[in-house]
Amino acid sequence: MTTDTVSETGSPQRNRRPNRVLSFLRNTWRGLTSMRTALILLFLLALATMPGALLPQHSLNESKTQTYISEHGWWGRLLDATGFLNVYSSVWFAAIYLLLMISLVGCLLPRSVEHARQLRDKPVLVPRNFNRLPHKASATVTVSPEEVVASARPLLRGWRIAERSEDGGVRTISAEKGFLREVGNLMFHFALLGLIVSVALGSMFSYKGQVAVIADGSQFCNSGPLAYDAFTPGPRVDGTNLAPFCVKVNDFTARYLANRQPTQYESNVEYQSGKDLRTGQWRPYHLEVNDPLRVAGDRVYLLDHGYAPTVTVTYPNGEKRTQTQVFRPTEVSTYFSEGAVKFTETPGITDPVEQRKKQLAVTGLFAPTAAMQGKLLAGSTNPELRDPVFAADVYQGDLGVDSGKGQSIYEIDHQMIAQNRLHRVDRVNLKPGQQTKLGDGTTVRFDGVKKFASLEIAHDPTQVWVLVFAIALLLGLFGSLVIKRRRVWLRAKPTADGSTLITVGALARTDQAGYGEEFTKLSRALLTATRGKDD
Amino acid sequence: MAINATLSQFSDYAFATAIAIYVFAFVLYLADVAFNRQRARARERELVPAGAGEERGGTELPASGIVDSTADVDVPEPKGADRPLSARFGRMGVALTVLGLLVQAASIVLRGLAVERWPLGNMYEYIAFITAVGIGAFLVLAKRFPIHRIGAWVLLPVIVLMWLGATVLYANAAPVMPALQSYWLVIHVTIISASTGLLLVPGVASLMYLLRSINENNPRKLARFVQRLPAKDALDRVAYRTTIFAFPLYTVGVICGAIWAERAWGSFWSWDPKETVALVAWVVYAIYLHARSTAGWRGNPAAAINSIGFVVTVFNLFFINLVTTGMHSYAGVS
Ligand code: HEM
Repeated sequence: MTTDTVSETGSPQRNRRPNRVLSFLRNTWRGLTSMRTALILLFLLALATMPGALLPQHSLNESKTQTYISEHGWWGRLLDATGFLNVYSSVWFAAIYLLLMISLVGCLLPRSVEHARQLRDKPVLVPRNFNRLPHKASATVTVSPEEVVASARPLLRGWRIAERSEDGGVRTISAEKGFLREVGNLMFHFALLGLIVSVALGSMFSYKGQVAVIADGSQFCNSGPLAYDAFTPGPRVDGTNLAPFCVKVNDFTARYLANRQPTQYESNVEYQSGKDLRTGQWRPYHLEVNDPLRVAGDRVYLLDHGYAPTVTVTYPNGEKRTQTQVFRPTEVSTYFSEGAVKFTETPGITDPVEQRKKQLAVTGLFAPTAAMQGKLLAGSTNPELRDPVFAADVYQGDLGVDSGKGQSIYEIDHQMIAQNRLHRVDRVNLKPGQQTKLGDGTTVRFDGVKKFASLEIAHDPTQVWVLVFAIALLLGLFGSLVIKRRRVWLRAKPTADGSTLITVGALARTDQAGYGEEFTKLSRALLTATRGKDD
Repeated sequence: MAINATLSQFSDYAFATAIAIYVFAFVLYLADVAFNRQRARARERELVPAGAGEERGGTELPASGIVDSTADVDVPEPKGADRPLSARFGRMGVALTVLGLLVQAASIVLRGLAVERWPLGNMYEYIAFITAVGIGAFLVLAKRFPIHRIGAWVLLPVIVLMWLGATVLYANAAPVMPALQSYWLVIHVTIISASTGLLLVPGVASLMYLLRSINENNPRKLARFVQRLPAKDALDRVAYRTTIFAFPLYTVGVICGAIWAERAWGSFWSWDPKETVALVAWVVYAIYLHARSTAGWRGNPAAAINSIGFVVTVFNLFFINLVTTGMHSYAGVS
């Protein structure tokens, strides 16, 4: 409610026993739903949102946040403890927007009721005196008041009008326009409410995860959190009921400029969901950045890519094992990458203790276009596969994968080396097709590299509602800012000499700016329409 | 996607030329203010009410609410040789601003032709567009409202921004990275930067409003400076009318950004610093609109809030791109 006219929406005061609790509640409610409180709460909201942009946030970048905390000592810990490093899930942030929502509801309900009532009422009586109105004009004509009113009527098409008679043959018109402004305003605020609620619900039931899929026809199936490399569920998602679908990545292509800036990533995929899962039917899709695959209510995005070296180990007994492993790009502009290909099961050995002495890992750096410094691989000069080199360290021994501790797929457990259970047995630069022979007769061959596509899978059941409310919010906003609420009154009064004095007055209920021009046009039309007739 | 180096070169020349022209215009606006006394005397000779002769010319209607307190500031310029020196400077300033805008627009178009894409892909291009819209908005508004004397203070931030754009933030003409290749980019960034440009004028007008208030409270403060500013009423109206135009536009821009984010990043809102500050700015302008219709909050508080909105917007434009690393990776500075 606009607070200039302090309108009391409460029920009329009855003479009851004064109840302190009730009056306290009522006053709190009034206070909470006043425009002043809304203003202050909005201010607080703006203020409270800011730290999220200025300080590192757990939700956005965990490692940066941890570094920040450790670098800032007690100050960092204090900020962390008080929620400044996780603003949007902090208690005080929630408190502010909950209060704001209560205030909004408390403000909207009475206003909606009030507005509905006004819609049914007739336009208000013509004021006695136009002197106090900001806009007014008058003219004297020779036609009768009835004719004035009759010729004014078509000019006020689209206005809500009420015609009345006053003593002494005076005729009046009250006209009002712009009720949609208030409708727009209410729609805006209700849509805002709906939007906030949808966003909140969405964040409870959404999930999101990343997975690297080698682009050689490998598959990803959305069967559970374990299928992902990283999985971030909302508080209400336990991972048991993910939308069922599978994606097969057939190829990946990246295009670059001469300066190594990527210009385009694309990938041909196939997917299946619903009954395709049973029938085995695959459907093709051309996946690009900015053009996600929408399947089973989820979205699949192509985020990035990388290289996955293939290594074949030939054991002394002649058996071979081949493995392709995703490597992690450490330099985004050149795709200089690191990783580890692990061979945990050595064929021909059944004794677990012996097994653990013979596990093998090929770790190291991979450059799609090698930059050599003597015999050392110093980096990559290009993201494309022009001169691939794998600077490999071969380790033999116990990889510690069955120690129960989770292990990164990109690294070996360095504690195993420290404990002398894992040994480096070779260090060599390999080009595709090259191999190295270890002391025990095992050969390690670098077969070549495949590309992998980093996919992101996202699920948000309410995002359509967020969009719907956002559009409603916009329409409401346009309505409430474009439409002006205004009233025009006309009084046609017979004078002593038989002519008629017409006075026109107007009031814009909301911002006055710009109403003058409209009134000038309208009043001129109203005053001259009748005059035109009697000429 | 070849880059046309010649066109890009010409675009840069035009950009530099536009800055130079704006600097000249700025000096002329200042001259208008400096030669004030001479003009004050001239004013006494002319006492025609504002806007007379144009819209209401020849009507028999009594003047309605249109003639307002702005009349005492906006004395129409006397014609021809009668025109005092300062007024001539002022008019030259406006003319030069128009010229500068044309040159700047040419620079933007040439840039777009050179890179064969919509020329809003990095901070430099972003600034070029925002400042052009700001200047354009000022010129249009100055035709309808008596505010051309804040020209210098609109030009000042524009010149500073453009200078920063041409030096620190300059990015060579180049195609953009895959995430930025979307028609939603065109829609989102164009709308956001257009509304940001529009909000420049209310920001400056509100700041001037506050300066006038300071002077009213203590006439000795800022007396010389304030003398030549438009009346508070006109400043307030320009700020409000422009804001209610720019605010929905800004809202559309934010929503388009969310739609684009949903397609490109996997989530329509990720609390990326740029988004966050955009939301803060949006809330500040919502506070302004509320304040403008709440008794006791009109006038100075509203003007202060609008100024804060402007500061937040500029902060978002620079600080966030340069200092934090979010997903809005188009900073184009390395
Ligand atoms: C959640 C935060 C809120 C936001 C973002 C918001 C935003 C807006 C915006 C942008 C307008 C401008 C539209 C116009 O001028 O007609 C507006 C108007 C209005 N709002 Fe809010 N609002 C919020 C909360 C509230 C609350 C809690 C109240 C009630 C106390 C309220 C009462 C009003 C009223 C009465 C107007 C009309 C002002 C006028 O006639 O110009 N708003 N609001």
